[in-house]
Amino acid sequence: MVSPANNAADRLLAALPTRGESGARFAALGFPTTRDEDWRFTNVMPIAELEFTSAAADAAANLEGCVFSGIDGPQLVFVNGHFSGKLSRVGELPAGVEIGNLAAAACEPCEAEDAFGALNTASFTDGACVRVADGVCFESPIRVYFLSTGDDGATANIRNHITLGANSKATILESWTGADAAYFNNVITELSVGDNALLEHVKFQNESMSAFHVAGLHATMGRDSRVAHHSIALGGRIARNNIRARLDGTGIEAILNGLYLPRGKQLIDHHMVVDHLQPHCDSHEYFNGILDDHARAVFHGRIHVHKGADKTDAKQTNKNLLLSDNATVNTKPQLEIYADDVKCTHGATIGQMNAEQIFYLRTRGLDEEAARRMIMHAFAGEIIARIGCIPAREELDRLVWDQLEGAES
Amino acid sequence: MLEIKNLKAGVEGRDILKGIDLTINAGEVHAIMGPNGSGKSTLAQVLAGREAFNVAEGSVMYKGQDLLELAPEVRVREGLFLAFQYPVEIPGVNTTYFLRAAVNAVREHHGEAALNAVDFLKLMREKIELLQLDEALLKRSVNEGFSGGEKKRAEILQMALLDPTMAVLDETDSGLDIDALKVVANGVNQLKRADNAQLIITHYQRLLDYIVPDFVHVLYDGRIVKSGGKELAHELEEKGYDWITNGELQTA
Ligand SMILES: Nc1ncnc2c1ncn2[C@@H]1O[C@H](COP(=O)(O)OP(=O)(O)O)[C@@H](O)[C@H]1O
Ligand SMILES: [Mg+2]
Repeated sequence: MVSPANNAADRLLAALPTRGESGARFAALGFPTTRDEDWRFTNVMPIAELEFTSAAADAAANLEGCVFSGIDGPQLVFVNGHFSGKLSRVGELPAGVEIGNLAAAACEPCEAEDAFGALNTASFTDGACVRVADGVCFESPIRVYFLSTGDDGATANIRNHITLGANSKATILESWTGADAAYFNNVITELSVGDNALLEHVKFQNESMSAFHVAGLHATMGRDSRVAHHSIALGGRIARNNIRARLDGTGIEAILNGLYLPRGKQLIDHHMVVDHLQPHCDSHEYFNGILDDHARAVFHGRIHVHKGADKTDAKQTNKNLLLSDNATVNTKPQLEIYADDVKCTHGATIGQMNAEQIFYLRTRGLDEEAARRMIMHAFAGEIIARIGCIPAREELDRLVWDQLEGAES
Repeated sequence: MLEIKNLKAGVEGRDILKGIDLTINAGEVHAIMGPNGSGKSTLAQVLAGREAFNVAEGSVMYKGQDLLELAPEVRVREGLFLAFQYPVEIPGVNTTYFLRAAVNAVREHHGEAALNAVDFLKLMREKIELLQLDEALLKRSVNEGFSGGEKKRAEILQMALLDPTMAVLDETDSGLDIDALKVVANGVNQLKRADNAQLIITHYQRLLDYIVPDFVHVLYDGRIVKSGGKELAHELEEKGYDWITNGELQTA
């Protein structure tokens, strides 16, 4: 039996260069449907219905209007999934630091786990490759820009590898933007963080409102390592983040911190699975969303505390503010605990901009506009404030603010 | 200072206030008592500018201005403050940040320079001491997770910070134990001056042992059915609200 989704998989594979067995795997799996538990609330049919083409190499592009431009440090630029030597500037690097593109570095492809992962493995063209050797602290933020210039259906598969050695440190700032078209980016980012290493990873997803963005983030962490991942999601008609963190060492701290601001007919979905495999690890998920118009958001957070992962401290919160009666959220925090002496909390809220709250603030002297702003800004600011890289935090605060102001008027 | 004339107001087509007359002069403390549902909070909310309540008739003059024409934020900037019976929780809005914004909004209205974070903190420390509030509360979100008593004391803290000329306290005493009640009453008494006034709404006579009113009004079914001196509160306490609800006073 050939489902339309499988059909779409074949059409997509025919449009792209492929390698190895993964293409067949993707063809067999096909695009997920809403019958698939992990995709219950996110229907990817609008992606499957695209007329796929391979996103063009050598397209003209520039970084005008992109974020983080005032921040010094190396910058990698990918246009339609292809490395742009012209726009990238790496500069002098200290010993033990490699920053470049994956194709050039010939990293091993990773095992695919789901359909989009298989597709990525079969067809990725390029992506960032960052390696920081044991004991090396690289202080400059590493900026990675992904630009899409494609038309409707232009598809790019992008694979990023970020590898930190033991006792090392790095900050990565990702920016995703593109032309006003229904292009499709399918991304896998592998984070491998060594013992006692420190990684801050900021993803600013500001794709076109018509675009599709599916991204897997796979974090493997060594003992006493600390990873903070910040997902600031503004763009995409459908944007899905599959975040997987494996805490396979003692004393790990993982922070997954996200803010999504869908409007129009956007759907922004964060789907997380955190596996606690060893004792004394902390994982904290903080996701806030502000939704306007007919927008939708999905939050799925599963924390799996495996047998033996005693003294786990896992916290998960998802708060949503609905600016419109037509916006919807599906939130599903989930805890599975097979260990002893663990501290796990989760909670989710969904609420409207509350007339009583606005009135209360006004009776304290704030005008209506200021009152609404205070409530919204607080909501977004709570997430932004966790970004450690100060210039990035300040810029994102402004950008998010501008977007919310736009939402209000 | 405040002159309410034949005020009729309601919500969703339902009449709640059915003609209130009340005049409050500078230096006076008035108490409004009444059984549940008599319209006490409605009166308070109408004075504060809650749009959900429609004023059908009557007028309210405040310091020579038509109060009903003013936006809620302008009313408080002009000195009319309401302590809510049920203060709302605002998750994510830091209490200190909120209080400073409030104080500065009022200061700006009067052409005064905004207080910076340091000066504001100094002012706030003074006031929280007066109300015996835990400073840790101020780092939390507005009213979020506060106990009932903390919420009420936080309302009086706001009153202390905004220093109103006409304060309306809506059942600030409800749900307080006797110690908390004394703290709140003491706070309110210290804010009392010859050039300001207070309207204390309460369900229980108990509060009036600590805040002594010059006038007591009994509100029943949207009307002030009796007014008198502070002895009226005691009479009400003795005879209970049945005294009123049984109809004896309704024709008065
Ligand atoms: N928002 C509202 N919608 C409908 N009815 C209301 C609303 N607020 C108050 N009421 C009604 O108005 C009457 C007076 O209420 P309220 O002013 O809160 O009384 P009090 O404060 O004296 O207990 C009550 O019968 C109450 O049910
Ligand atoms: Mg009431």
